[in-house]
Amino acid sequence: MRRRRSLADIAQPIVTVLALVLLLGVPFWLVISTAGKSQAEALNPNLAPPSQWQLFENLAQVFTEGRMALAFGGSLLVMIPAVFGVLILGSMAAWVLARRSSRGLAVVYALAISGIVLPPAVVTIVLLLRQLGLAGTPVGMIGVYMGMYLSTVIFFVTGFVRTIPQELEEAARVDGAGPVKVFVRIILPLLMPVLATATILICLYIWNDVFYALFAVGGRLDTLPLNLFQVASAGLYLQNWHLIFAYIILMSLPLLLVFAFAQRKIISGVTSGAVK
Amino acid sequence: MKGGTNPVSTTTTRAIVAPGAAPSLASPISARPRGRRQDHPLWFLLPALAVLVVFFFVPTLFNFIYAFTDWSSFKSGISFVGFDNFVALFANGTLLNSLRVTLVYAVLVAIFQNVFGLALALLLEKDTPLNRAARVAFFVPVIMSALAVGYIFQALLKPEGALNDILGFITGTDISIAWLGDTTWTIVVVALVHAWKWMGLSMLIYLAGLKTINPDVLEASRLDGAGWWQTLVYIRIPLLAPAITFNVATALLGSMNGFDIVQATTEGGPGGTTELLNIFIFRTFGQGLFAQATTMSLVLFLMVMILAFPVIRFLRKREDVL
Repeated sequence: MRRRRSLADIAQPIVTVLALVLLLGVPFWLVISTAGKSQAEALNPNLAPPSQWQLFENLAQVFTEGRMALAFGGSLLVMIPAVFGVLILGSMAAWVLARRSSRGLAVVYALAISGIVLPPAVVTIVLLLRQLGLAGTPVGMIGVYMGMYLSTVIFFVTGFVRTIPQELEEAARVDGAGPVKVFVRIILPLLMPVLATATILICLYIWNDVFYALFAVGGRLDTLPLNLFQVASAGLYLQNWHLIFAYIILMSLPLLLVFAFAQRKIISGVTSGAVK
Repeated sequence: MKGGTNPVSTTTTRAIVAPGAAPSLASPISARPRGRRQDHPLWFLLPALAVLVVFFFVPTLFNFIYAFTDWSSFKSGISFVGFDNFVALFANGTLLNSLRVTLVYAVLVAIFQNVFGLALALLLEKDTPLNRAARVAFFVPVIMSALAVGYIFQALLKPEGALNDILGFITGTDISIAWLGDTTWTIVVVALVHAWKWMGLSMLIYLAGLKTINPDVLEASRLDGAGWWQTLVYIRIPLLAPAITFNVATALLGSMNGFDIVQATTEGGPGGTTELLNIFIFRTFGQGLFAQATTMSLVLFLMVMILAFPVIRFLRKREDVL
């Protein structure tokens, strides 16, 4: 028993390093080395290092050709209002849904969280956006994302509000605070941990979403994944693997930087709630 | 004169009827039932419900209507055609094919993602510096764009790509397997890529689940002579039930709604053998066949509704048994 354990203790780091190299090292090295090659060398992407590194030239080229700055701005323009919107509207609704109980509200709650499981109707969303005159606009895209992720926020926050003692609200109410004041001053600050978790999840989804963006804004708004789709669709035809991978590097950098600085928070946020 | 005496008399009567601290108690009690409702006014629900109705429920309702029309980019008018879309999609085999492909893909992803996630969690369970760094590293694919992951693997899995180079180096022969060109096995390969992207999330959730297991239980099983494998199968995996529920449910839902990875690796090919419902929807929508895309969107909606709820309930029940 003891001997076997010490064998496992030696094997574990070796297996870990092997897993890291094979499962992560190979794909990521492929990205970096190919992004550093010339077009001729990158024609058939392989693991050989570039004979001459031209990573920064490729990054610069893709930055301008992929309209990276515009796409970055477009991604932010859609993500920030959508995330703020779902957090505020979702917590307002969740507060009332958690504190009041009636058969009618139980139905409202069930419908409100159904979007966690049920897929959005992508095709008819386009029809609706056209009827509302919002097709291809940031507002339309924000609305679509809010409709998709409100369920998640309402679900998380309702559960969390139920753990906040009513007495905290009562105390403020005795001091003459109305519902808006109670919500803003007492409830919202207490919701911060669960809102942080929801923010991380929803930012991840929206930042990386391409499917719903393809339908809702098509080619009329630049976002990072949409432009990657365009760069790659054109690039694969022209065999421009060095540009595709350069784009992937630039596009992943913002989230990787955020992750590097806040990894502990992100990881604990993502796992909290999953296991009880 | 009356005005001068009345207040005095009321205060005295109140003091008599309810002596001591009564005044301060009496008013909140009588006001409470109505006060409760005003404390959490229903209008707080309205903005969220308005957004949900406009951007979620109305499109979903439209789904049930426009699936039965001939809505397309080739005609200006829209008229009802009954079940024609369903019949046409059923007759040419795409409906059943996409349904089958989506289901197979979802099941494969759920299996692979959970096996990889659990294996990584068990490998990196101890809190060593190397393990902590490895956990962070395996989470990187989770935060990357799925589309980007798809393109990386498209390059890696080409017949003359890096994976075949590595295999050729190991075996010493030239290998040129078309990983993404096989009508039988490519769906398995693509499901593996999907699982690769999300295994870090499953790993973290299994790690969190493993932490919740009482060490005394493991110690007891060890004293009873159970080996590592027996402890895992009979003690730890059953105790991981909540984590398994979450991971299987999210993997199934995520892959049934899958698009990015398959679009970036195979675009539904070869020969439609990896054509998920969402790939079909995107392709037909691009061709201007809106009603057919809507029909498939409705099929996806119904499939998720029919499958997801029983699966979640089944997994929850297994938790209750334990």
